[in-house]
Amino acid sequence: MTAAYERHDYDVVVIGAGGAGIRAAIEASARGAKTALVCKSLLGKAHTVMAEGGIAAAMGNVWAEDNWKVHFRDTMRGGKLLNNWRMAQLHAQEAPDRVLELEEWGAMFDRTKEGLILQRDFGGHRYARLAHVGDRTGLEMIRTLQQQAVHKGIDVFMECTIQRLLTASGGVAGAFGYWRESGKFVLFSAKAVVLATGGIGKAWKITSNSWEYTGDGTAMALDAGADLIDMEMVQFHPTGMVWPPSVRGILVTEGVRGDGGTLKNSDGKRFMFDYVPEFFRADTAETEQEADGWYTDKKANRRTPDLLPRDEVARAINSEVKAGRGSPHGGVFLDIASRRPADYIRKRLPSMYVQFKELADVDITAAPMEVGPTCHYVMGGVRVEADTAATTVPGLFAAGEVAAGLHGANRLGGNSLSDLLVFGRRAGLAAAEHAAGIPAAAAVDEAEVTEAARVMLAPFETDGDENPYAIHADLQDCMQALVGIIRTAPELEEATLRLAGFRERLARVRVEGNRQFNPGWHLALDLHSMLTVSEACARSALLRQESRGGHTREDFPKPSADWAKKNVVTRRRGGALTLTTEPLPAMPDDLRALVEAKE
Amino acid sequence: MTDVTMRLWRGDRSGGAYQEYTVPSGEGMVVLDVIHQVQALRAPDLAVRWNCKAGKCGSCSAEINGKPRLMCMTRMNTFPEGETVTVSPMKTFPVIKDLVTDVSYNYEKAKEIPEFKPKPKEADGTRRMYQEDVDRVQEFHKCIECFLCQDTCHVIRDHEENKTAFAGPRFFVRLAALEMHPLDTNDRMDLIRRKAGLGFCNITKCCSEVCPEDIHITDNAIIPLKERTVTEFYDPLVWVKRRLAGRKPNQLGATEPEPPSAR
Repeated sequence: MTAAYERHDYDVVVIGAGGAGIRAAIEASARGAKTALVCKSLLGKAHTVMAEGGIAAAMGNVWAEDNWKVHFRDTMRGGKLLNNWRMAQLHAQEAPDRVLELEEWGAMFDRTKEGLILQRDFGGHRYARLAHVGDRTGLEMIRTLQQQAVHKGIDVFMECTIQRLLTASGGVAGAFGYWRESGKFVLFSAKAVVLATGGIGKAWKITSNSWEYTGDGTAMALDAGADLIDMEMVQFHPTGMVWPPSVRGILVTEGVRGDGGTLKNSDGKRFMFDYVPEFFRADTAETEQEADGWYTDKKANRRTPDLLPRDEVARAINSEVKAGRGSPHGGVFLDIASRRPADYIRKRLPSMYVQFKELADVDITAAPMEVGPTCHYVMGGVRVEADTAATTVPGLFAAGEVAAGLHGANRLGGNSLSDLLVFGRRAGLAAAEHAAGIPAAAAVDEAEVTEAARVMLAPFETDGDENPYAIHADLQDCMQALVGIIRTAPELEEATLRLAGFRERLARVRVEGNRQFNPGWHLALDLHSMLTVSEACARSALLRQESRGGHTREDFPKPSADWAKKNVVTRRRGGALTLTTEPLPAMPDDLRALVEAKE
Repeated sequence: MTDVTMRLWRGDRSGGAYQEYTVPSGEGMVVLDVIHQVQALRAPDLAVRWNCKAGKCGSCSAEINGKPRLMCMTRMNTFPEGETVTVSPMKTFPVIKDLVTDVSYNYEKAKEIPEFKPKPKEADGTRRMYQEDVDRVQEFHKCIECFLCQDTCHVIRDHEENKTAFAGPRFFVRLAALEMHPLDTNDRMDLIRRKAGLGFCNITKCCSEVCPEDIHITDNAIIPLKERTVTEFYDPLVWVKRRLAGRKPNQLGATEPEPPSAR
């Protein structure tokens, strides 16, 4: 039986409408490609809207000493040198132009006294580098991009979930999914597809991520034959809310520390001074006086350890809580109230002020916040070519969080928004060029469409007894407990076993109601991608026998010189996931010298 | 955990009714948390929109005990213990299913707004704006597009027929942001008067009251826009200047829709 579906024909189909997706669509459309932008939520609601602190770009507006080379060095060192050097180079070089372009499109950043774009301090960045709008930079960015896309007349398909990439003779032919509103099927034929679907954080229980972050693009790319790399590299942001329980995991911007806030334990001690790793010792302040002086005088002082990269801070908080020096609700204290005037806090961090006041009854201008690590970002993902964002499948491109390489083993704050702009543009450009080079989209294989439709409708037709919400809750518990900040081989093996069990349960899942806007059904379908990316993550974590960045193995607590040179590669072959290691791209000597230079 | 009872509107375009669900509620929970409990335990196909759960994305708009609110920012402990909390979809937009409405009206209105057109750069290649000049526009940029202001606006809440000729408070905020942008050169005055229907607004400030971002929509966006249109169209100096410049005055009346109060 052939499934009924509506069909749309495009040159370029962009899946996902966060910063990377919209930027890609704007570029592809500007290059003459007939472009569709397809997204799971309403336009403007993607995860980018939640980004708070800013966009990292070495514009040198606050510190004239800043330039792309310093940003490149910071990014590579923050990523513990597992980064794709070419991506890190392009990113650092192009980010300033991408920020200025937003200003051309109407964005309005906070200003310096000279009337230029103001830049703020953030973890791992040597100079104040983040262009920002208070603590709602992501909102400014996505709204600017969204309005630009609307003015350019790009076709947007909102609340439309793509479930499968269609391929023909090894290349991409289109994408197949459903309208959330009606549950009806929709097929896009395309000469090129850009994945901009974001991350995978909804597989964890304590997470800053929304329901959309189920790893759809990562799983679809894998199923279409693309390579994933370094799926073990998951970032736990050090500061999520911990109380009350219903808000646990909601993000508290690193801008709190960038603007002078400091972490303290239950003894009132600024404990980050005890957790400065050898790798960053030469760049980090040794005394509270030096740390506090750094905010205003970066020549005479070194960076406060409160602003070490996120992996370091998250592990430190984890250790303090385990040692019994945590806050009443299992976090630590983040104090800006005693360090900055109330007016300054309200001006610089307005949404943090409201968030704590409304959701936790805490006035952050008068009392410290309680914070703890929350699953925030995946550095691993779809392997791409640095210059074009091309995946290993012809015609398939990936940009933003779904793509891997730029951030290595750990992403610096602020480098995500700039990543979206730099590589969103590059992906849109390359996709349009690819589309221009082929006369017509490859014919869609009807059998593949029929099979995809059958799988999607199965939850209505089985006589199974499993509830998708229950499976999801169990998956989140499993990933939180066994594939969290600190990992061990027995726990990772246990996680892999449990994931196989969840897959069996998913085959028996039954949903109630009909296809019309049915969240139970949507979750049942999203669970396929969540289980796939969770398996890739757990098995990659088991394979990498070292600790580096977002991957900490209690049984291999040190970085290893051997693993420093390897990506973990995941592929789907013959239905199963296969994992191997491959050498990192070799960095040219002039760039290596930059990375190794002393500050 | 204590039990709470929620009265939720269930149905679709063909009609519906309130249904009661009793589920456990824990410390600090917001209405959206309880809705999720209902989905997980009682009604897995209950339709609701949400994303960030922190008041930043504007997805989970609904009417809670009749008041337009974000479900993620409404704490359960703001209601008396034991009270049944009623949640219904936004009334101004056609219902799709349960708490989800068709908000495409807003996305169509967004397409009508002429884009930002910046003036040339400074001689040194930069664009300079000063914080005191951008402050008032940044207030408008706080908008999270929850559309609660549109929902509460009586011009369209009870008058479907006004939707074609009225952009609504959200887009007056957007227009004000563009008009007050220090770099912008585009002219939107005619649109604001005619197609956007600014004249419909009789400044009852309902929109400002429901704004979760505390944007002073009426005072800071709508009233200044009204003043500008008055200056542009009725100020004799502007009129003389326009005639001397050889431009035709914009015709009044013919295409300007009448406000509902005039009927």
